[in-house]
Amino acid sequence: MGISRRALLATAATAATALPVIRARAQTQKLKIGVLTDISGLYQDIVGPLAIEAVRLAVADSGLAARGIDVEVVAADHQNKADIGSNIARQWYDRDGVDMITEGGSSAVALAVAGVSRDKNKAYLATGPATSDLTGPACNAATIHWVYDTYMLAKSTGGAMVRAGGNTWYFITADYAFGHALARDTGTFVEQAGGKVLGGVRTPFPGTSDFSSFLLQAQASGAKVIGLANAGTDATNCIKQAREFGIKATLAGMLVVIADIHSLGLDVSQGLVLTESFYWDLNPRTRAFAERLRVRYPSRRPTMQQAGPYSATMHYLKGVADMGVARAKADGAATIAHLKSMPTDDDAFGTGLIRPDGRKIHPSYLFQVKKPSESKGAWDYYNLMGTTPAEEAFRPVALGNCPLVKV
Amino acid sequence: MMMIFGIPAPLLFGQLLLGLINGAFYALLSLGLAIIFGMLNIVNFAHGALFMLGAFVAWGLLEYSGIGYWWALLIAPLIVGAFGVVLERLFISKLYKLDHLYGLLLTFGLALILEGLVRNFYGSSGLPYRIPRELQGAQDLGFMMMPNYRGWVVVAALVVCVATWLIIEKTSIGAKLRAATETAPLVQSFGINVPRMITLTYGAGVALAAFAGVLAAPIYSVNPNMGSNFIIVVFAVVVIGGMGSILGSIVTGFGLGVVEGLTRVFYPEGSATVIFVVMVIVLLARPAGLFGRAH
Repeated sequence: MGISRRALLATAATAATALPVIRARAQTQKLKIGVLTDISGLYQDIVGPLAIEAVRLAVADSGLAARGIDVEVVAADHQNKADIGSNIARQWYDRDGVDMITEGGSSAVALAVAGVSRDKNKAYLATGPATSDLTGPACNAATIHWVYDTYMLAKSTGGAMVRAGGNTWYFITADYAFGHALARDTGTFVEQAGGKVLGGVRTPFPGTSDFSSFLLQAQASGAKVIGLANAGTDATNCIKQAREFGIKATLAGMLVVIADIHSLGLDVSQGLVLTESFYWDLNPRTRAFAERLRVRYPSRRPTMQQAGPYSATMHYLKGVADMGVARAKADGAATIAHLKSMPTDDDAFGTGLIRPDGRKIHPSYLFQVKKPSESKGAWDYYNLMGTTPAEEAFRPVALGNCPLVKV
Repeated sequence: MMMIFGIPAPLLFGQLLLGLINGAFYALLSLGLAIIFGMLNIVNFAHGALFMLGAFVAWGLLEYSGIGYWWALLIAPLIVGAFGVVLERLFISKLYKLDHLYGLLLTFGLALILEGLVRNFYGSSGLPYRIPRELQGAQDLGFMMMPNYRGWVVVAALVVCVATWLIIEKTSIGAKLRAATETAPLVQSFGINVPRMITLTYGAGVALAAFAGVLAAPIYSVNPNMGSNFIIVVFAVVVIGGMGSILGSIVTGFGLGVVEGLTRVFYPEGSATVIFVVMVIVLLARPAGLFGRAH
C-alpha cells in the first residue's frame, strides 16, 4: 500500500480538526440535515426515498431560504446494520458538517446513532425505530424519539381492541427480542383491559414463509383476535394465508403500515386492525401535507415513518431559526433542549409536545382496513376505529427508567 | 376428540397435509437444483432468485398484458428459462473446468444482483397476486378446511416432479444426458452436441424454479427476498437426498415438508432448524445422502 497508516491517521486528524473551523467561518448561515435510512433493503418502502423527499418538503415548507438560511439535505443507506449506520453518522458529523440526523432506521441502528450523536454533541431526531428503549434506559440529551414505539403499538392495538369486543387473544410471535417484547406488552394491555390471552406460538425468524400451520393452531384456540407480533414479510404472509384458509378471527397487526396494506391489496387485508400515528386521509391538514408530498413523489402515499421525518425536520428548523443557526450548530444538546421547550405543530401530526425524556407525543390511531367496496381507490384504505390521546398513548415518563429524568 | 401424542387428531392430520404442501415447493426447487448439480456440477445459488423471478414475471404478465395465472404458469417458466440459457452461455459455461467454489460464488453474485435490481424497480414490500378464480374457496376435509389452491399445488408439483424424473430416467434424451455427464467426450464422439444439451439442461432447471415461483405467487408475499427464505432449506434437502439424485430430491422434499409440519405442532420454535438437524444426522450416517451414490 502506498500510504502509511501514520500518514493516514495524521491526515484524518488534520481534516477532523481543521475543516469544521474553516466551514464555521465561511458559511455561518448554512445547515445540513442527514437522512439516514434504508434505501436498498427490507424497509425501503416503509421509509427510504419517500422519507428523504419528506425532509426536502419540510425544508421547502419551512421558508428558511427566504430568511437567508441555506438548508442542505443529504441521505445515506444504513443497510439495517448498526456498525454501518454509526460509521455514516460519525463521518457526517466529523467530516461532512451534518448538524442533525433524522429517520435512523431500525432499532439497532438507532441505538448506535443515538450514542454517536451524544458523543459528538449533535442532534438526532429518530423517527423510524420502534424500540421504546430510546426514551427508556438508552435515552440521552441528544435524541428525540418521534413517531411511535413498541409501547404505543401494544397499548393502542391491545387495549383498544379489547374495548371494541376482541377480548380473547392468541399471538403469532416472531421468535426474537422484538416479537417477544411486543407480544408480552400487548398481552399485558389486553389483560388490563379485561381481556384474556389464550395462548401463542413462536415462529422461527427469519426463514418462515408458510404460517398456515400456526394460523390453524391459532384458530383451534378459539380466540377472537389473532395478534401478529411480527413485521414486514412475516406479517404480510400471515395476512395473505389467513385469508386463504378462511380464518374467522380478527387479525391485529402489531406493526403493519399502509405500505404493507398496499402490497397485499384490500381483498386480502380487509378487516385487519392496526395502529399508526399518521394517515394521509385523517383530516384537512394531513391531506394538504400528503398532496404537497404527492407532487414530489407521485407513486406512493406516506406511512407514519415517512411522515415522521417531515414533522421532525419542521420542528427542528423552527427551533434553529428561533435560537440562531450559529448556536444550534455549535451545541446539539442545547438544540435538543430548545426543541423540547417548544410545542410542536405541523400538518402531518398536528399539535404535540416533547417530554423531558425525549419522547415526542401525539395521539395514536386504531384503524381497520376497509372492504374493497368501501374504498374509493388506491391508498383509500383505513376506517378510524379509535383514538388514544397523546398523554395516554405513550409510556409514562416515570416508568421508563430514563436517566435524564429524576423521578 | 381423539388424541395422538397429546395433540388433537384433526390438528395433527391438518399439519401433516400442510407439511406435504410445503414439501411440494421443496421438491420442485430441489429437483431443479439436483438436475443442475447432477448434469453441470454447478451449485446454483441463484436458484432462489430465479424462483422469485418466476413469481415477478407472473405478476408482470398480469399487470402489463393482462395474462392470467394459467398462461403465466406456462409462459413465466419459458421466459425465465430462456434467461437461464443466456446466463449459462454468458457466464456459467466459463466455469465448468474450475473448482465448485467458483460456480457457487458466481451464482451467489448473480442472485444478489437479480434481487437488488428487482428491489430497485418494484420496492421491498411486495406485490399483490391473487389466487385464480377457479381455485378460490376451500374443501371441508372433516379435520381441516383445505384451500383448493393448496390442493392444486400438491397435484401440480407431483405431476411435474414425476414427469421430470421419467424424462431423465426413462427416455433416450435422458439417457444421453446422463451419459454426457459421465463422459462428455465419448458422447460427443457419437455426434451429440453436449454443450448445447448442458445449456438446455440449465434452462430446464431454471424453468422448474420459475414454475415453483408462479405456484408460490398467490400464497406467499411476492417480494425480492422470497427466494432467499427457501434456498437454504432447499440446499439442505438436496444434501439430505444426495447431491444430484433426482429421485432423492423429490422424496426428500416431500418428506422433509412433513417433518417440518409436525415440528410446528410439537416444538414450533425448532421448525426452521429441524431440517438441518436431519441433515447433520444423515450426513453422519450416510455421507453421500439418502439416495446418493458414494464416489
